[in-house]
Formats: sequence, C-alpha cells, structure tokens
Amino acid sequence: MENVIIAENLTKRFEHFTAVDAISFEVKKGEIFGFLGANGAGKTTAMRMLCGLSMPSSGKASVAGFDVYRQTEDIKRNIGYMSQKFSLYEDLTVKENMQFYGGIYGKSDSFIKEKTEFVLNKLHLENEAKKLVKSLPLGWKQKLAFSVAIFHEPSIVFLDEPTGGVDPVTRREFWNLIYEAAEQGITIFVTTHYMDEAEYCNRVSIMVDGKIEALDSPGGLKQTFSAQSMDDVFLKLARKAERSDN
Amino acid sequence: MKTVIAENIVKKYGDKKAEIEALKKVSFDVEQGELFGIIGPDGAGKTSLFRILTTLLLPDGGVASVDGFDVVKDFKSIRQRVGYMPGRFSLYQDLTVAENLAFFATIFNTSINENYDLIKDIYSQIEPFKDRRAGKLSGGMKQKLALSCALIHRPSVLFLDEPTTGVDAVSRKEFWDMLKDLKREGITILVSTPYMDEASLCDRVALIQTGEILSIDTPAGIVANFRNQLLSARSANMLSLLKDLKQFDGAEDVYAFGEYHHLVLKEGFSIAQVEAFILSKNHTQMDVKTVTPVIEDCFISLMKAS
Repeated sequence: MENVIIAENLTKRFEHFTAVDAISFEVKKGEIFGFLGANGAGKTTAMRMLCGLSMPSSGKASVAGFDVYRQTEDIKRNIGYMSQKFSLYEDLTVKENMQFYGGIYGKSDSFIKEKTEFVLNKLHLENEAKKLVKSLPLGWKQKLAFSVAIFHEPSIVFLDEPTGGVDPVTRREFWNLIYEAAEQGITIFVTTHYMDEAEYCNRVSIMVDGKIEALDSPGGLKQTFSAQSMDDVFLKLARKAERSDN
Repeated sequence: MKTVIAENIVKKYGDKKAEIEALKKVSFDVEQGELFGIIGPDGAGKTSLFRILTTLLLPDGGVASVDGFDVVKDFKSIRQRVGYMPGRFSLYQDLTVAENLAFFATIFNTSINENYDLIKDIYSQIEPFKDRRAGKLSGGMKQKLALSCALIHRPSVLFLDEPTTGVDAVSRKEFWDMLKDLKREGITILVSTPYMDEASLCDRVALIQTGEILSIDTPAGIVANFRNQLLSARSANMLSLLKDLKQFDGAEDVYAFGEYHHLVLKEGFSIAQVEAFILSKNHTQMDVKTVTPVIEDCFISLMKAS
C-alpha cells in the first residue's frame, strides 16, 4: 500500500537541545496512526515538521508525496489540521466557516456549495447553518472543526489532541467520524492523552525523549511489553523518560 | 463538619437573546478533609462553580459557604483561607520561581519558612530552578510551582481547577500522589477534571454535565448504582462488530471502550443470546464477558438518561 508519510532519521535541534532525534516511520494511506508520547517528548515539534511549519535540522521526510524541506506550501495545501484549540472562527456562522476554509484552499463555488450541504446534513446541523459558531455546544464545535479540517478533501489530516475535555459520548461520536474519514482513504495522524483511544488506532508510535521507542499495532505493543492495556504500555515506556516535562 | 456547602447555585452568561445557563441549581457539600472530585467535560460548569466558591464570581442565584463563610458577604474572609489553582497558568511569568513563591507568601502575611514543611515535597522538585523565570518553565514544573503558591499560606480548602488537563498519563499519576499527601495534612481538596478515570482517586465525586449534577456519591456508590448487566465484547473486526451490536434487540446501549466494545444489556436478555447473535453475523475470535462498570460507563448512562 501507498505510504502517505515517510520519515527517515528526521531530526530537529534547537541549539544544544535535540527535540526530535532521528525518527523513522511510515504511515499508509487510509491508516489511523496514533502518535503518542509524554509531554515534552517531541510530538508537537515532529508534527510541525510534517505539516511544513518547521524546517528539520537533518533527515528526510515526505508528506502526501511532498518534501518537508522544499515543498512546504504543497504540503499545507494537501493536509488538514485540527487542534484542541478550535480551528474555527467563533464570530462566523457555521456556513461561513466552511465557505471561508473552502475558499482559502482554492475550491470552486460549486464544490463549496455541495460540500457545505453534505457536511450540514451529515452532522445534522441544517438548522444551525446560520448560527454563529460560538453559540454551538462544545461537542458540535468539535465535530464541525473536524469536518472543516477535511473539507478540502486532503490526503491526510493531523489531529492534535482533538478530543481533550470532550464528554464521553461526543468523544465516541468523534471517533466514528475518524473511522468514516479513514474508510474514504483519508489518512489520520492523531495525538491523544486518552489511552483507550490509542486502542482505536491501527498502529501507534510512542515517543520518549525525542525518539520513537515503540511502533506497532495496539495488540502487538501489549504483547511486546507484556502489558494488560495501552495505559500499561505507555507507563512502562514513558517512565523511562529522562527529560519528561517535570 | 461541612467545609463547603452549595445550595441551588445558578450562573448565567450572555444577554437575554442568547442566554446560557452555566449552572442550573447546583447543590452539594464537602466534608472537612475530604478529597472531592467534580468530574465533567468542558462546558459542564466546573470553572464557574470554582470561581463562585473562591469569591471571584457572583452567583445569579442560590447560596454557598466555605469554611462557614458566605461566598458573597464574607468574601474577604474566604480569600484568606482558600488556595486556588486556576486551569490556566496564572503566576507572574516575569518573576522567578522563588520570587513568585515569596510574593504569594507575603500577600498572605506569611513566609516561605513558616509553611515550608507543607510544600517541601512539591517545591523541592523545582527548587533547583528557583532562579528561572516562571514563564520559562516546562508545563509540569509550572504546575508544581502553581500548587506551591496555592499552598504557601496553609489554606484550609484547596480548589484545583483541571490540574491534569493536557498532562500525560505519567505526570497525572504523580499529581494525584501529591494530592493524597496533602489530604493527609488535613486540607480539604476540591478538584475538577474531565478525565473520568480520575474519579476513583477521590473520596466522593459529583458527576456534572451542562450545568447539572448527574450524581453525587463515592466512586463505588456510583458504580453500584449502574443497574444493567454490562458486557465487553470483541471480535476480529471491531468496526463491523460495533455496527452489528447496535442492531441487537437486547442492547440498551453499545459503544467503543478501548480494545473492547461495551454493551449495556436490557433486562430479560442473556450473555448467551449476545454470543449467538455475534456468531450469526459471522464474526471470528469472539470474546464476550461480563464486566464491572467504571465511572465512564456510569457517566454515559447518566448522560443518556438525563
């Protein structure tokens, strides 16, 4: 299967500090890839390089077929991104947010119109289309933010702790959206602090002190580390960290 | 003795056109020395509640007292005796670690030496960095400094608003260990969190959702109130298993739960019927068993019932 992300010895140094230390991995098309690590392990820095927002110090990487050194603008056009802090404009309506994002990604008016209807329908937000985003309940915002992040049909979407603070029912509805997107061939690259969500990923990598210490399916990781749950796997690995955020 | 009493607390935001009721007649009380958890997602009203109890926000209805003092009339007395750690880092970024701590000690008319024994275990971990500016600390160190500053005047009640949000699993465990030590010092602790699994670390918890308390009890009591039989199920294809189980007549509710799915069984149905149903859908490597619910199961069930 096609690899949508390829990283080889990808490294980022800040003066004397190596935030990301020669990480290598591949992510396949349509895969749900969990990117875990303790605070300070280097996840955000790695993600910023893959999104074309930060120049690597050394190593190689390509995202959606584009090089992270030379083709950062192409990367940005071909990925979606959503973080815990909403990527939505609170003072725009639901519909305006979609029009705005469709517009900056250069989509045609007919594409935007059709897709907007599709998303409103799917999220059952038809009656909220003209409401300001700030008036929506949090769970709806989160689902809308995800739909907006994949509005332009990117080949990969980066989700940075997308479900932080969300109620347990909405959290599961959110994961249904992730599964659907993956079934349509969108690759999902997701970070989370919820260890049960690590179980929903096809494969999971765990970063410790800037390095990828483990990478496998959740089942494979539990076997390797003789652990009962992903929580145990994570604790076993992350406890070894020397530069944990503490 | 009850250290915190809240009766029918109401808080509203916005104007008449777009009014949001953040707290809808919330009532609960906390015993002296108790570690009390307020568990709920973002938007549940946790921060509004803490700000009212720490006298930083006026309620629109109801009464509340802390240590016997009224949160509206006696706000000055309350401020002397509570420690408050807001969800957002609120110390002085341009002061050093030691300066921040000395500052908070001074405004409470005490000194670091006077209460050092209380913060020693926490503060000693960041003391090697005492000349570093607070803004330059890592997240975990900021959290320890904020907790030290909230404790330096030896408060009788400590309010911690989402201290573990966005914190990784290892640091979360460490933080809860620190709370257990503080509880031993006799300090009453109110802590809010969106992480359901942290409920089991509290003496009692209030589960809260969109401004309403769903249940208040000990963690064991909340679990004991879960009436239905709960099953966990897995097979080789988890996604199709979830879709299939939703069609099962005996399923009150079905949802993903880590490596298993959880199925809340309706009365009159048996585990054998569930297994027969799964096999009829051609699943392989089936594994179905009865499990004890955890707080998250209870929260989901209470949310759907309300």
